Amino acid sequence: MESNTPSAIISEAARAGDGWPLSKEPGVRYYTRFSAPQRFLHGFLAVTFLGLAMTGLPLRFSSTPWAMAMAHAVGGFGTILFFHLFNAVVLTVAFLIHVANLAYRIIRRREYGLVWGPTSMVPNLKDIQDFLAQIKWFFFRGPKPKFGRYAYWDKVDYWAVFWGMAIIGLSGYAMWFAPFFAKFIPGSWLNIALLIHGEEAILAVGFIFTIHFFNTHLRPDSFPMDLVIFTGRMTEEELKHRHPEEHRQLVESGELEKLRAEPPPRWLKNFGWSFGAAAIAIGFVFLSLMVVAFVKE
Amino acid sequence: MKWSTAAALSLALALNVFGARAPKSAECLACHDDKGAGFQASVHGSLSCTDCHSDKNAYPHQANAAKVKCDTCHAEPAGGVAASVHASVSRQACQGCHGEVHAILASSNPKSATYPTNLPRTCGACHGDGNLAKQHGLAEVYAKYMDSIHGFALTKDGLLVAASCFSCHGSHKILSKKDPASRTNRAHVADTCGACHAGPRQDYMAGIHGQGAATGNSRAPVCTDCHTTHQIASVRTAAWQMKTTATCGKCHQEQLQTYRDTFHAQVSALGYVETARCWDCHGFHDIRPPTDPKSTVARRNLQATCGKCHSGVTMSFISYQPHADRHNRQAYPALWGSWIFMNLLLAGVLGFFALHAVLWLNRSLAERRSSPAGGSTGK
Repeated sequence: MESNTPSAIISEAARAGDGWPLSKEPGVRYYTRFSAPQRFLHGFLAVTFLGLAMTGLPLRFSSTPWAMAMAHAVGGFGTILFFHLFNAVVLTVAFLIHVANLAYRIIRRREYGLVWGPTSMVPNLKDIQDFLAQIKWFFFRGPKPKFGRYAYWDKVDYWAVFWGMAIIGLSGYAMWFAPFFAKFIPGSWLNIALLIHGEEAILAVGFIFTIHFFNTHLRPDSFPMDLVIFTGRMTEEELKHRHPEEHRQLVESGELEKLRAEPPPRWLKNFGWSFGAAAIAIGFVFLSLMVVAFVKE
Repeated sequence: MKWSTAAALSLALALNVFGARAPKSAECLACHDDKGAGFQASVHGSLSCTDCHSDKNAYPHQANAAKVKCDTCHAEPAGGVAASVHASVSRQACQGCHGEVHAILASSNPKSATYPTNLPRTCGACHGDGNLAKQHGLAEVYAKYMDSIHGFALTKDGLLVAASCFSCHGSHKILSKKDPASRTNRAHVADTCGACHAGPRQDYMAGIHGQGAATGNSRAPVCTDCHTTHQIASVRTAAWQMKTTATCGKCHQEQLQTYRDTFHAQVSALGYVETARCWDCHGFHDIRPPTDPKSTVARRNLQATCGKCHSGVTMSFISYQPHADRHNRQAYPALWGSWIFMNLLLAGVLGFFALHAVLWLNRSLAERRSSPAGGSTGK
């Protein structure tokens, strides 16, 4: 990725015209963790996921007063459904681009590290060992495991989206194009499609708005927010403590300095704060509405 | 009515001819000039005063003159009122509706208080009075009627074919709906409405609701159970269509509940009217059970019924269950199984990670307490 290089990040920030606060944090070194396309992918995912949740929940709990008020506010269900489908299409396109990009990098550029190894998203033995060690650590029975580039909960987050995309996406498109899908599946499966679509969506919303928010942002170590997904870079201190195994490997291989980055510009941090806070706020509002409606049901 | 009026007039004329000393109306008006103005223009304008005030044909008038009785000529209407719910209203029952007695106009006269477009306001003089309604245990019908499709058509659009009060209740012999002979009794509602709405009546009588009502099934709905009585709205308005599922659900509670779990219902609850509601599939008026080959939901007709909205409907498509009940293991085992599986998955995943988060939170806080140096250490 061109935009991944430190020089690209520096020139990007220089264009933004922000005064580099290098002198304000003497001795603090930043390293790139996420490339610009990765950050944009997360952004697209976050926006469309919020969009889908905000339009899907009123449909799932359509008899609640807040759902009716929302439908009323935007001009009825037709509008809500339109935005639900619009977000679904955008998310589908982003997902397909991600998959195509992965396929290209694996097959054409032979980046097999994506498939297996310390920088891969594919779970391996170390993840199981880390998980067990983490449980021991929870109960004061051992040291904190030395996580690599992706901790096991990061991988759960990642594959949960894959699973969700497949299940929610397929069942959603099956209902959208019901007569077409009914050429291949019995119509009675469409009953199941709606059930699975709704329940899996509740799981996704419940997971993202509680577990993901806690694991990556709200837990004491990150509270109130981990900006790395917005700025793309973290301090050496953070890298060392959150991903000690990755840090050790980068130092050993001499790759670390290639990832050296300028401190994130203030506008980018502010953007991250605003975006993250808005996402968490919207998430909690809809989570509460959903929980109340689900329990009443 | 006509023949009796004619007979009475003939009698009056005969009396006038043969009565030697009958005074001219002009002579009466010499004293009673206040009665003259409207009288000439009224339906009774061709009569002379003494035709009604027959005992006042001499001056000075004889003492203890009898009150004028309308039923002398109008025997049938008066008899009707006497047998009606209005029998006890007052001694002046006729004037109550027909107006001041010397200025009564023919009901066919657009200025008449009993002309169809004016009648609702005439009846509303009493029936629009909330206190009076309460006193007699009646529903407050006037405002509802005026806002109904009938009320608008009659009083705003001036459509004489639109139902006025008398169209359903009759005019003189108005009976309580509890009276089996009443036109508004459940047994006669279909005929009363059907007097104008002949097509719907015919369809209704062919359907399961009409069949049930005809055989005296008290649970079978009549027109007013679905359309209401006075508040009848246009079935083409979104507002009315929004309410229809709840209307059917008043009796078909289980079906409403199972419909609510489907996509169609989720859509309809939020005001999107282009979705299948009860009557889109089951029809209306001519509603038949699925076992009836003519039913819109009989298996052989389902492709056509679903095809009204969905293009390219196949036999496979119609195995969709518009009333699938995920709680019903016997009838919908696959759906039930999916529901149980999804709930277990939901509870399992969220429960596992919630526990994980709680333990993590506890451990992190403990770590912070032991090394208060800062958040970034010991991660």
